[in-house]
Amino acid sequence: MNQSTYDTSLKPAHRAANSKLSPSQASTPISTPEAVLEAWHISKRFGELQALDDVSIRLRSGSVHALLGENGAGKSTLVKCIMGYYQPDSGQMTLAGKEHLMQNPRAATRDGIGMVYQHFTLIDNMTVAENIVVARPDLPFAVDWTKEATAIQAKMEHMPFQLDCQRKVSGLATGEKQKLEIVKQLLLDTKVLILDEPTSVLTPVEADEVLGEIRKLAVEQGLSVLMITHKFREVMHYADEVTVLRKGKLVGSVNVADTCPEALAEMMMGTRLEIRPQPRVEITGAKPAKLSLHQVSVENDQGLLAVNGIDLCVGEREILGIAGVSGNGQAELVAALSGQRSLAGGAIRVDGEQYVPTRKQIAKHRVYCLPEEPLRNACVPELSLALNLSLRNYDSPETAWFRKIMRFGVIRRRVKKLIERFNIKTTGPNEPIGSLSGGNVQRAVLARELSEEVNVLVVANPCFGLDFKAVRAIRNQIMEARNKGAAVLLISEDLDEIMELSDRFLVISKGKILHESRPLEADIIEIGQAMAGQGQTMSSAKPTEECAAWQSA
Amino acid sequence: MAETDVGFWGVVIAVLGGAIRVGTPFLFVSLGECLTERSGRINLGLEGNLIMGAMAGYAVSYYSQSPWLGVAVAGGTGLLLGAIHALLCQHPRVNHIAVGIALMIFATGVAFFLGKPFIQPSAPQLPSIGLGGWSDSPVVRAALDINALFFLGLLLVPALHWFLKYARWGLMVRVAGENANAALALGYKVKQIRLLATMFGGMLASIGGAYLSLYYPGSWNEGLSSGQGLMAVALVIFARWNPIYCLWASLLFGGAAALGPSLQSIGISWGYFLFNAAPYVLTLGIMIATSSAKQTLAGMPGEFVK
Repeated sequence: MNQSTYDTSLKPAHRAANSKLSPSQASTPISTPEAVLEAWHISKRFGELQALDDVSIRLRSGSVHALLGENGAGKSTLVKCIMGYYQPDSGQMTLAGKEHLMQNPRAATRDGIGMVYQHFTLIDNMTVAENIVVARPDLPFAVDWTKEATAIQAKMEHMPFQLDCQRKVSGLATGEKQKLEIVKQLLLDTKVLILDEPTSVLTPVEADEVLGEIRKLAVEQGLSVLMITHKFREVMHYADEVTVLRKGKLVGSVNVADTCPEALAEMMMGTRLEIRPQPRVEITGAKPAKLSLHQVSVENDQGLLAVNGIDLCVGEREILGIAGVSGNGQAELVAALSGQRSLAGGAIRVDGEQYVPTRKQIAKHRVYCLPEEPLRNACVPELSLALNLSLRNYDSPETAWFRKIMRFGVIRRRVKKLIERFNIKTTGPNEPIGSLSGGNVQRAVLARELSEEVNVLVVANPCFGLDFKAVRAIRNQIMEARNKGAAVLLISEDLDEIMELSDRFLVISKGKILHESRPLEADIIEIGQAMAGQGQTMSSAKPTEECAAWQSA
Repeated sequence: MAETDVGFWGVVIAVLGGAIRVGTPFLFVSLGECLTERSGRINLGLEGNLIMGAMAGYAVSYYSQSPWLGVAVAGGTGLLLGAIHALLCQHPRVNHIAVGIALMIFATGVAFFLGKPFIQPSAPQLPSIGLGGWSDSPVVRAALDINALFFLGLLLVPALHWFLKYARWGLMVRVAGENANAALALGYKVKQIRLLATMFGGMLASIGGAYLSLYYPGSWNEGLSSGQGLMAVALVIFARWNPIYCLWASLLFGGAAALGPSLQSIGISWGYFLFNAAPYVLTLGIMIATSSAKQTLAGMPGEFVK
């Protein structure tokens, strides 16, 4: 079956680069049918939740096996059982034909299974070399760092990824951290590599690079890879086989060559997938600028300028996308807009007025924000869902007498409506928000931020690590806010998301704006160059002129 | 001091000697706290360890007539208190700060209760090594009369530095302190690492306490410690969790504490209490100077950043 027929998201530039790695051709020389890892009838229960129910999986030697499923389908639980991070309630596992006890991660490492977790397990305060060495099961009593560094550097020369041993991890970009995690595993003589959503934090270009190299390692060096993913494109292009889980149960395992994204989606969702373009209200006539940034600079935790004199403006009923590789100032920009960080220079204006994100001004200008990692940046994890959903307006006249004494009855009714409207899956309003799944935390924060009429909405990586049902719901909510008249600033590392949602987009690199375009006129080569930091700073794009030009267009 | 003609240099040497004399317990407590904190726990109970160590060391020295045995038993009480702290903190929802404060009050109370009979009698003291033989001045000689425990502490500084940077166990301590999840993913037993680090840290703090009762000031009473155990926690932050900086910081604090008595010895008696407050003012000043609303502190173990 020709897979590209089903590939809706792939861009021509990528297709050419990836075609030589496509499984239909690459799988021919590695058709060793022997299983390197087999897990039988694994079940795991967490309290009320049956996370895994009698799941079996078979990983062939020298192949890439994708593990596909929605959020909460049990993918992470399964691999964590295999790693010995959790002990399954029942089930067995064999490794190269021999029984392997799922006791602890160290036993897995000893037997040649390595895992790269979605949330990196790197130690920020240590160097690259230190991070690699502490992962060794046979850590020597005393470490000779010169010798270790030389040995690591020598081994790394035979690898697709190169890193400087002396650099501190805190100074690495996300892509480099991902590479370090993989290098760390390869240096441990890992035979079976488990990747938990390896590309969720990477740019499309980085993702293709990393997955391409991983596929090469499987084909050339016989590495067996089990990869958790949400992205069909990655399954279709880099995997040989795919196993689909739904709600903790095994739906099935198939050869990638015999399937297509629609079939996989059906396995995943249990319904046929409908692809619809994002509807939006088209702009007619001139629109006033709502949010504008004038030479805004923001410092990072190290006191260096992460955002360096940015000018931009977002108009009414507009989604302005900001694309870029992570760690180029996006996090600091969002922190400044949400009030977590003060400006090092410049000014923010909302509706033409100087804007400082204090609680008073946030309420006055109705500037709301869905930051990335909302559990950390926008929630109190131990507090209930109800209270977290009320953080913006618990002191409004409707929910509190004299704006001082909270009316819990009113709050509970209001929260119940939000839970229903935004389809938040929870045991009830009193559940601590920290115990919700990632997608539901995201939904909850968005529900809170959109519960009042919103004037300016700032969203950062709103769909990070979510299954596509949740992605669809959240993107629809963002579009709805825009259609109702809000100015939306969408900061995202997912280029597809920018293309789908934004009316206009910018590319940020090293804290500066290097490119501006519209999705329909987007040039992937120019975007890539801007993301890589090549190009002129758009200093001429003064907000007012920009908006004026856009209004007249 | 009868002779006041030693003047300015006398004060300098007295402050230097005082830095070592007063700074030694700071050194032990801060090295212990440094190790504990690098494993991801804060033990605020070290003040209690200090007092318990002082009492136990003094009592054992009195009964056995061997001050070194006293130091060993003091260390033992520290191991025990550290173990209690670590074992309590292993349970979920137990706050290590609260446990530390509780243990500080508990250990202080126990020490005062058990220590009542030892307030009067005098126990054999720890020996010191005179490095001032070259000088005729009694001030210099007194200042350079350095206790053996200081040299032990001096050896511990590079040892701990080496341990944290090069040793397998030291690296395990750091991984546990920087990222407990990563440590678990690597298969390290975080609870066990923290237990041992807290115990060893507690032992060092109690040895610092034995120094108080067995050398300087050199007797057991209830007002022996003036918050050295608590100040050492601030000192570790100031020293950026680095054992070598802990040495300099301890000497700086010791010197500040010796300022008042030294000035008094040359006849400057005004502001005696003001100068005695120098270490505390220094603590505050340092905390203000080194903290920032915008930046994370370099060297801070990752487990505290969350």
